[in-house]
Amino acid sequence: MTDKQTAQQDTKKLVKKLVLTVFFMFGFGFALVPLYDVFCDITGLNGKTSNVAAVQSDSVDKTRTISVEFIARTQGNLPWIFKPEVKKMNVHPGEMHQLNFLVKNNSVDNMVVQAVPSVSPGIAAAYFNKIECFCFNQQPLEQGQAADLGLQFYIDKDIPPEYTTVTLSYTLFDISKNIEQDEFTKLFADNKN
Amino acid sequence: MSTTNLNADNHAEEHHGAPSGIMRWLLTTNHKDIGSLYLLFSLLMFFIGGGMAMVIRAELFQPGLQIVEPDFFNQMTTVHGLIMVFGAVMPAFVGLANWMVPMMIGAPDMALPRMNNWSFWILPFAFLILLMSLFMEGGGPNFGWTFYAPLSTTYSNDSTALFVFSVHIMGISSIMGAINVIVTIFNLRAPGMTFMKMPLFVWTWLITAFLLIAVMPVLAGAVTMVLTDKYFLTSFFSAAGGGDPVMFQHIFWFFGHPEVYIMILPAFGIISQIVPTFSRKKLFGYSSMVYATASIALLSFVVWAHHMFTTGMPLAGELFFMYCTMLISVPTGVKVFNWVATMWRGSLTFEVPMMFSIAFIVLFTIGGFSGLMLAITPADFQYHDTYFVVAHFHYVLVTGAIFSIMAGAYYWLPKWTGYMFDEKLAKAHFWLSLVSVNVLFFPMHFVGLAGMPRRIPDYATQFADFNAVISIGGFAFGLSQLLFVAVVYKCIKGGEKATDQVWEGAEGLEWEVPSPAPYHTFETPPDIK
Amino acid sequence: MTAKQSSWLIPAAVFANNAVADEMRLNMTKGVTDISASVYDLHMIIFYICCVIGIVVFGIMFWSIIHHRKSKGVKPANFHESTKVEILWTAIPFVILIAMAFPATKTLIEMEDTSDADLTVQVTGSQWKWHYRYFEHELDYYSLLATPQAEIRNERAKSANYLLEVDRPLVIPTGQKVRFLITSDDVIHSWWVPEFAIKKDANPGFINEAWTRVNEPGIYRGQCAELCGKDHGFMPIVVIAKEPAEFKKWMAEQTAIAKQAKEEEQKLLAMNMSMEELMTLGEKAYMANCAACHQANGQGIPGVFPALKDSAIALGDVKQHIDIVVNGRAGTAMQGYGKQLGLKDLAAIVTYERNAWGNNTGDAVQAAAINEFLAGK
Repeated sequence: MTDKQTAQQDTKKLVKKLVLTVFFMFGFGFALVPLYDVFCDITGLNGKTSNVAAVQSDSVDKTRTISVEFIARTQGNLPWIFKPEVKKMNVHPGEMHQLNFLVKNNSVDNMVVQAVPSVSPGIAAAYFNKIECFCFNQQPLEQGQAADLGLQFYIDKDIPPEYTTVTLSYTLFDISKNIEQDEFTKLFADNKN
Repeated sequence: MSTTNLNADNHAEEHHGAPSGIMRWLLTTNHKDIGSLYLLFSLLMFFIGGGMAMVIRAELFQPGLQIVEPDFFNQMTTVHGLIMVFGAVMPAFVGLANWMVPMMIGAPDMALPRMNNWSFWILPFAFLILLMSLFMEGGGPNFGWTFYAPLSTTYSNDSTALFVFSVHIMGISSIMGAINVIVTIFNLRAPGMTFMKMPLFVWTWLITAFLLIAVMPVLAGAVTMVLTDKYFLTSFFSAAGGGDPVMFQHIFWFFGHPEVYIMILPAFGIISQIVPTFSRKKLFGYSSMVYATASIALLSFVVWAHHMFTTGMPLAGELFFMYCTMLISVPTGVKVFNWVATMWRGSLTFEVPMMFSIAFIVLFTIGGFSGLMLAITPADFQYHDTYFVVAHFHYVLVTGAIFSIMAGAYYWLPKWTGYMFDEKLAKAHFWLSLVSVNVLFFPMHFVGLAGMPRRIPDYATQFADFNAVISIGGFAFGLSQLLFVAVVYKCIKGGEKATDQVWEGAEGLEWEVPSPAPYHTFETPPDIK
Repeated sequence: MTAKQSSWLIPAAVFANNAVADEMRLNMTKGVTDISASVYDLHMIIFYICCVIGIVVFGIMFWSIIHHRKSKGVKPANFHESTKVEILWTAIPFVILIAMAFPATKTLIEMEDTSDADLTVQVTGSQWKWHYRYFEHELDYYSLLATPQAEIRNERAKSANYLLEVDRPLVIPTGQKVRFLITSDDVIHSWWVPEFAIKKDANPGFINEAWTRVNEPGIYRGQCAELCGKDHGFMPIVVIAKEPAEFKKWMAEQTAIAKQAKEEEQKLLAMNMSMEELMTLGEKAYMANCAACHQANGQGIPGVFPALKDSAIALGDVKQHIDIVVNGRAGTAMQGYGKQLGLKDLAAIVTYERNAWGNNTGDAVQAAAINEFLAGK
């Protein structure tokens, strides 16, 4: 019965293909994670800003003024004080600015936090260039310790004219429990130096 | 069309020495046995999920908290959703596919009979795990069947691991079922049964099976990420570690929207079988039906974010997903028009399967209309997460998917059992269901528009009257379904003998084998002209 | 109507239904903003379109059902395709959809334009309350459900705005563009006020924007619209829109009160409250903030919310007890109340928990102790 044999071979081939598709789609589910970041970059979804330091701006557009608002929050029950030096700044596109955020660890433990930036309107995130930001790194603070965290930024000259107000929000998340013990102590040791 | 050697008698059965009693069902690789198992299992799940709906409606009968605590209420809505989607609707369609697809294409069985056995028998365990998690300390899953992070990760209870495990098993079962359907249709069609000669039920199932293979693994990925986020310190969905909770919704709905069509395309197939039979006229626009089904399936991959308009998307995204979603109504409309055109100038009779089909066409279209309304993004901001949405998807899934399953069950029941069902009882079941289902779901449109959010255990007093009506409709619909069990039971036990063709206008290979269909059919492929 | 027939269930609730003769709404609200009015118009247009299509299609179908019956001796026709007709009924819906897309797009673009706002309010959702902070002013506060537990538990008749009332509503001026910056402290919530046609998710770690310009002064009520856990149904939103002059006055009053409260709190640190005072205040604050989970009798709900009666925390180290009340417990439903409650209330709650239900530790915790803890001493 050669007919039957070829039929069985066809079946095997097809099953193999389908099983491969299943695995491919399972992988695709996970590939959606980096794809999503790319998607966010393009569309400005969720106002995610770049995690990489930008190059310095070379010229300033004095004809326009954009008001930049700063919001600093601590997530959930985090007993930290966290606020910007100023709430609002008027800037020209391309102009560099520096400001500090004040933090204080009010808890009874040493803690490591991560600041998560979010820009609104979302599209403006692509034009918000950070040369230096505390949000690039994890921030360890001992109990009761206070610090000034610096941010250096400029708004890109190419920002479309309809964006006259840009809001930058930082949320502090406690990540002490999410990092390994060794790394935790190392962060504090580095901090002392 | 005609078949040769119809009564290839039962010698094959004797060969295998099919075990009797429980072992026959545990070890069976026969597509008809497995089809029956799937159908009975989904009926059981329909009643368990329905029981949970009764708890929900009892609590919502009046404002205030009377019967259950809010946390348990959330567990009920969550598990009701999961059971109805993965336990009732999907297995019922797989059961119908198991029974009918091989018979419709002239195949002796499914292509992978042993895998078929497995894909059914892991299913009860999945639901056992899910149901048992309700009895855990801290309760079962309570984050909605959509399990949005971080409610399902950082803030969920310990039963989440069981939830993830059971969804994995359900997914594996569906994937195996889908592979089986595809291989059967590709390789086991009788000679002469070309693709464009296949009955529409087979076509819609083929497309559904491809959808299943494409998206069930994505669901598996999503639950795996929930699992690792909760227990293994990853942060796919937590902003603290560079993740994003909104990404969960993108991944979930990338699965979720095709999933919606997985639950409705086979329904289109069933209706496309039944309407021509009782119109005594060929299906209008066969090829456009096939293309419409395929285009619905393709479009389903580019509309997922219409579930997420309120999450804060850029304008361009909102517009894109609004336009694509509106576009889906075109092929769906084509289907409805084709069914109406099939009935037009036919010679209509109204047996129970036809009654359910006509109810399907009208009520599913109402669900389609509210779907079109939901697609309009600015209006969606008002509809989203209210009872309007609840009304919409229950019209599509209960009077859509479930009514089509009922229609299919009544249509093929005489072929399965060899007896006609009790028509009086079945008609009572139909009319009671039809009235109560509308009392149940129609007022939900009103309370939703008036501003009642979904998934709340208690509500403001201005919604009280409608909720009482809805609950009464709910209890009546729930009780009416007991009649269905009575009809099926009586029909298995006996009754008027069914002819081979059963219905006067029925055409197709399944009506050319005897009633009840013998254990093995088409061991020698039929000739198709 | 039918609710009354069910008097066998809870007579008190039925009584409440009669007492509250709310107008029964069937349709979407027109709202009080230009945007909400155009959303309503869109809703009605698409609804009427659906009605017309439905009447035509079902009309044809029922015509066929009535006239093309076998019992009337009709012989079936033979046709089963017609390219012309099929193209036609693909094209017509397409045209309708394109016509529909224009007004929808226009409204959507207006909704998304958050530029040049007159006032900015930060809205933060958390389990299960809202927090409002006026960006340009020194004022922020929590807004909690004001419906008493007794009404929810059917022990008392339900009031007119059952589940739609809060202790401190959000106040905004009319005629001005108010921008909302929406975010969350824990899970995803959704801030919804139907009269403004605003529904925006509050995502933890990210901000979302929405805006409104209210035309008429009034009180507008909404609810959280995204499942956010146990008390999702119990976190309403109330917004009061006032004339700009009145709003200004209100804002001046409130900022003054907030300033005064801060000063008083400082004074309070030098004072000691009596055990009796602490317990009375503590019971009140406990019932408002803690009883929903830990229950009025302090016994919690086994397996879900831990009991406080005879618990190791309420009977153990005071500092640890304060820590949990102030900072909450990460990864559980227990949130920190340090941001939300004043020193006095916090002290009273801790005292109450340590002495109620037979927990008789005899500890009187003063506001100063809480303050010391907050200062990290």
